[in-house]
Amino acid sequence: MSEKYLTRYGDNYAAWTTEAEIKQDIEDGTSDAAKRGKIPPMTDDEMKHLYEIIASPERIVSVEPGNEVVVSFDAGTLKLCVRNGIPMDRLQAILTQERALASDSIELCHVDYSYKPVKPIISEERQAMEQAQLLATLPLLYGAMPNLGLYTKPDGPCDNWSELLPLGKIDEARAAQEEAIEHAVRDIVFVASNMIESGADGINLDTVGASGDADVKASLEAVRILSEKYPGTGFEMGMAGEFNLGMHGKLEFDGERIAGLYPHDQVKQAEAAGIGIFGMAVNTNSSKSLAWNLARVITFAKAATAVSNIPVHANVGMGVCGIPLSVIPSADAVSRVDKALIEIAKIDGL
Amino acid sequence: MAVTHESTAGIGGIRGAGDLVFRMELQKMKINEAKKYVADKLGAKVSDLADCAVMKDLREDLNIGTTQSRPDAGLGIQTKFRIADILGIKINSVEKFKKEAGI
Repeated sequence: MSEKYLTRYGDNYAAWTTEAEIKQDIEDGTSDAAKRGKIPPMTDDEMKHLYEIIASPERIVSVEPGNEVVVSFDAGTLKLCVRNGIPMDRLQAILTQERALASDSIELCHVDYSYKPVKPIISEERQAMEQAQLLATLPLLYGAMPNLGLYTKPDGPCDNWSELLPLGKIDEARAAQEEAIEHAVRDIVFVASNMIESGADGINLDTVGASGDADVKASLEAVRILSEKYPGTGFEMGMAGEFNLGMHGKLEFDGERIAGLYPHDQVKQAEAAGIGIFGMAVNTNSSKSLAWNLARVITFAKAATAVSNIPVHANVGMGVCGIPLSVIPSADAVSRVDKALIEIAKIDGL
Repeated sequence: MAVTHESTAGIGGIRGAGDLVFRMELQKMKINEAKKYVADKLGAKVSDLADCAVMKDLREDLNIGTTQSRPDAGLGIQTKFRIADILGIKINSVEKFKKEAGI
């Protein structure tokens, strides 16, 4: 009888598997990514290395000393105060991240976590940033999502392209997205400018592309304006998924179509816009094994780090970049994801 | 999960030199370049950056903040004045402080 290894599935539940099954999942995962992204699959040595990480008998695995990377956070001040339900304010959360959790950076954010709703409370957000900057040593960014969906009726001024598209009103849906881009760019530039004026170490645009290619277009255009207005300021962009959805389909940035791009092309557009740190996301398939998911992520990440001139971080939150789709992902899976992405895909941060 | 990431692969924030390396990544340096840059500026080895024993002594000597609260030691914005000087970069909150304090 074959020896069995304890592993995880994308839904976070553990299972016993064989060496042959792990190796087959690695081959299938890398082939899937290579085919979709038109990029090279993992080499035999890389697949062997990944197999050893997956099959390690230790519960937690780690990188060798000297190979550590930095860690950034989306929704920084939402984690402790809101998601964990700990009654503390945002300044306390920032200092807890810095002095108790040893975070390399953190961001201040509003509970709605989108640029649009920050506009009416910009003075209060600026005050919070200015106060926090007096007490914090670690880099403190301001973060939110472009979230183009907030610009559709009845909450916003634009027609809803998700309602227009099923009706076959393609031109109207495209026009609505183009209108939303203008509003979003204006709001992102307004909020980010104010937070930079209040001392923010950088600006994070998170979950970019959640509303499709128009979401990406708004983010890239806003960062281009901001990076010219505030040279030297760091901009971070975390993607919503591995593939830019073509909700519009014809939008371009610097003459290149945005829809359909995978991380190795997304990062080049981000770099051209002025982004300093690119956060790639690859969706976790909850019915596939950790080996399958991680082989896919490594294949995409390797291609992205190979072409990028800026740091590439892997978005290793719940349900992305190989992390199981659970609010409490298991530490054995998380540590394997980190080690594999650093040692094989050569990512610059998490 | 943040704790797992830091334990597995993180530089350890102000336990080590993670905050300093992150500041250089924000300047578009990739990880190895950023770590070497910071190590050179600190007069340390790259492998020291995540070593909390080495970095505690170094950070206390340079007065650039540690996880422990101490009397007569820099805190927050005070440490960032020194970090900006050591790394040779402008830190936005330091520039803001100078402006508001009339320095």
